[in-house]
Amino acid sequence: MLALEELHAHYGKSHVLHGVSLRVGRGEVVGLLGRNGVGKSTTLKAVMGLVRPSAGRVVFDGRDVTGASPHHLARLGLAWVPEDRRIFRVLSVLENLRTGLDRPAVSPARRAELLEKVYACFPVLAERRRQPGGTLSGGEQQMLAIARAMMLEPKLILLDEPTEGLMPRMVAQIREIVRLLHRDGVAILLVEQNVPLTLEVADRVYVMEKGVVRHHAPAAELRQAPAVLRQYLGV
Amino acid sequence: MVIPAEQILIQTVNGLVNGMILALVASGLTLIFGIMDVVNFTHGDLVMLGGFVGAVTVAATGSFWLALGSAAVTVGLFGAVLQVTTLRPLVGRDPLTTILATFGMSLVLQKYALWQWGPSARQIQEPLAGRFALFYLEYPWYRVFTAALSGAIILALWLFLKHGTYGIWIRAATQDRIMAAAMGIPVPAVHTAVFAIGAAMAAASGVLFGPLGGVTQTMGLDFTLRAFIVVVVGGMGNLAGSILASIFISLLEAYAAIFVSPAQAVIVSFVALILTLLFRPTGLFVPTPK
Repeated sequence: MLALEELHAHYGKSHVLHGVSLRVGRGEVVGLLGRNGVGKSTTLKAVMGLVRPSAGRVVFDGRDVTGASPHHLARLGLAWVPEDRRIFRVLSVLENLRTGLDRPAVSPARRAELLEKVYACFPVLAERRRQPGGTLSGGEQQMLAIARAMMLEPKLILLDEPTEGLMPRMVAQIREIVRLLHRDGVAILLVEQNVPLTLEVADRVYVMEKGVVRHHAPAAELRQAPAVLRQYLGV
Repeated sequence: MVIPAEQILIQTVNGLVNGMILALVASGLTLIFGIMDVVNFTHGDLVMLGGFVGAVTVAATGSFWLALGSAAVTVGLFGAVLQVTTLRPLVGRDPLTTILATFGMSLVLQKYALWQWGPSARQIQEPLAGRFALFYLEYPWYRVFTAALSGAIILALWLFLKHGTYGIWIRAATQDRIMAAAMGIPVPAVHTAVFAIGAAMAAASGVLFGPLGGVTQTMGLDFTLRAFIVVVVGGMGNLAGSILASIFISLLEAYAAIFVSPAQAVIVSFVALILTLLFRPTGLFVPTPK
């Protein structure tokens, strides 16, 4: 579904990604772990066309999409849920959802269906549908950010630290949502600091260090031998 | 010194009328600035172009409505072309480059108008002649019509922004253009469309202003300056603020014109600008930033 081949990226003169390679298969949940600052978020941004790769390739759904514009990628079925959520604060909850829902290819009937589905998953969003996005709590904004991405009916979601700053109850909800998306056949590339959660939901895990992937293993294996992770993450 | 009550009344109404025309110009400018951070020095010249296209259309067809429509469409399309050719390539560069580009374009447009239509001012016939009784005075119908039509156009813009998919796209891209793009919104196309809408509104102002002040190549500068003052005083990117500020500034100038010539009355607008920048730089009509 997604393949990164030797991806390099710079922020100005700073060389941030030093040849990142990873794959996400159709419908797979793949975790991306690593300490702060190793380039996990940058990797997601490079995939999404928000940071121009200086070398390497991004292949999505069989197409070379290296450096493609973000709106083109969204139309191809790639959704991005950023670390800071980036809810449109002045738009209502419903209007936030509509930024993804209102696509020419989608019939009004299908739009209603998608909306109902997301309201069923996130009842709090249904309650607050007319409220400005900026009035939602942190956890609710995270729900909205994920729901908004789901409106794109994506083939793959780039999920950047969805549980950051959330209460345990909400973390559990996120875990359920990831499982639900997985059941629906949506692939997920999950960047996380929460190692236990990642090992629970992912099929495979990559570990990054200083702009490169240093370790790669099936989640099952890492669950048995967590010492390996301690080496890279200090946890 | 006693100022006759009629004068105050007339200047109040004049201020409101001029305020509405200015609001039409300024809302386009504020929309453009809000969504793409472009300081558009060409904006007043788009008013001027609209005035000339309108004048030529009225001369050829006698229809004011046709003049309004053709000016809006022609200048709107021209605005789109302008944005794609000169502004889109400058995205992400130092903001000074867009200021220079739009300033340069302004000079080009003024000289073009001079070449195309000659040095003398054009007149547009008032579509609505006659006056009505405003208390114990006579006030021209056309001025009221202008204010009403400006208000209607602005209202149409507001409704467009509030409802419908494109309104959502524009508001989302104004708030966070990167996230909007990540949601599949074609941000570059939205920028072009917004520029075109701003240009069309400016052109309409030019046609509406025609019967009041004539159409000349250099009229643009006045509009650009006032529109910028309004955008700052009203809060950058704030549509409601720019409408209130337009009326506020125009009323100030209208009252000042009781005492000094209109050319000197503009000084009060600059004073308002300076005071706003000193004490409330986010805008007079903007709630205190949290």
